[in-house]
Amino acid sequence: MDGVPVTVIGEQKGKNVKENMERNFGMPEPEGYRKALRLMKQAEKFRRPIITFIDTPGAYPGVGAEERGQGEAIAKNMMEMARLKVPIICIVIGEGSSGGALAIGVGDRVIMMENAVYSILSPEGFASILYKDSSKAKEAAENMKMTAKDLKKFGIIDEIIKEPEDGAQNNFEEIIATIRKYLIKNIKDLKKLSEEELLEKRYMKFRKM
Amino acid sequence: MIIDKVKKINGEEEKRTKNEVASDRMIGKWVKCDNCKEILYKEELHNNLSVCPNCGKHFRLSARRRISQIADKGTFKEIGENILTKDPLNFEGYLKKVELLKEKTKIEEAVKCGICEIEGEKAVLGVMDGNFLMGSMGSAVGERITLAIETAIEKKLPLIMFCVSGGARMQEGIVSLMQMAKTSSAIAKLNEAGILYISVFTDPTTGGVTASFASLGDIILAEPKALIGFAGPRVIEQTIKQKLPEGFQKSEFLLEHGFIDKIVERKDMKQVLAKLIRLHK
Repeated sequence: MDGVPVTVIGEQKGKNVKENMERNFGMPEPEGYRKALRLMKQAEKFRRPIITFIDTPGAYPGVGAEERGQGEAIAKNMMEMARLKVPIICIVIGEGSSGGALAIGVGDRVIMMENAVYSILSPEGFASILYKDSSKAKEAAENMKMTAKDLKKFGIIDEIIKEPEDGAQNNFEEIIATIRKYLIKNIKDLKKLSEEELLEKRYMKFRKM
Repeated sequence: MIIDKVKKINGEEEKRTKNEVASDRMIGKWVKCDNCKEILYKEELHNNLSVCPNCGKHFRLSARRRISQIADKGTFKEIGENILTKDPLNFEGYLKKVELLKEKTKIEEAVKCGICEIEGEKAVLGVMDGNFLMGSMGSAVGERITLAIETAIEKKLPLIMFCVSGGARMQEGIVSLMQMAKTSSAIAKLNEAGILYISVFTDPTTGGVTASFASLGDIILAEPKALIGFAGPRVIEQTIKQKLPEGFQKSEFLLEHGFIDKIVERKDMKQVLAKLIRLHK
């Protein structure tokens, strides 16, 4: 990107039912997180900055996922990402839900698209746990404070990427240019820091939360 | 399961036989083992470290009781006890519930951390308490644990965490989620400093705690037959629309799959921890 090699990692939901099925509706199994970590380590070896795109309803809750250590995979990713010696920028592009998002979400910059959400779990799940009624998802979504604006206010994210009227899908070119500009500038800024400074700043970023 | 006091029969006390009155008084001092159904005398159960003498079931422990089983008498000095619950979402009824729980459980939050000695070996000990909102991790729990990790780094002491948790605390929303990143980052620092970290899974540990510091020990122990998982069994059953097999997500299952190193019975726990600390000195 702009002459700088980068590693890109993304969660993908797919755009239609066929793609959704292929992508398991954006719910990674432990292998997915381990693959992400393997490639982030590779990026570190070759001193490449890392960009992650977050879009998931959460880590997949299945029998196989448990057998193969879903919890361990997520934990390990966060721990390793905290100490990777290259700049990391994470972008929540659609739905950032639970540990499944955070497993590729520990970075020097965490940003969100204007219309994206980032939360502890889906509003449906939240409603069924706290209100014992998943149909109260709408009420839950309001109380959960999960919009980009809310998260900026909490200091959880660094920046909101403005979307064109009616959403990013209506003007792809423009939105990509905006993100690209943000990435190029911030990677440049982060590269100015010594490894020590980079890691200490990243540590303090999450330490304050 | 504790058998509650039978309801008082107003004014009928005198009509009942002496034996009936005496047996009522005894209720509340007995518990039924929910595994083998044996009726156990509470005091005897407590003297047996809250392990059923009949079938070996490990009952859940409060943080206070756990600390008294692990730390040498009088050595536990709490750290971070001033870090209290926050309510970032202004979630209706949350702080009120916390106040009630504080009164009921006599603890301030779902984890107690401190410096203590274990068979004379100094260590930082963190113990979660499932009686406090299912041991869920909100900002206070995450902060106390992070402080414990940083204390271990600073004082070059081994860290031991006893985990029991339903996961991240829903009422604090995204702030709870971030505690996973915060505690895991602190463990990464601990690793760089070469400090020993032993994590112990107890029944039940799920969600955001399994998916953060609990799974990151250098040595990971578990009590027998503890439920350990990322997604809770109910969530998985709803997802796959099938009943889960017997023993799924239990300590023995995790041992078989290579995620824990040893299952340790409660009576041996203190000795095993002390031995591991000495091995890493």
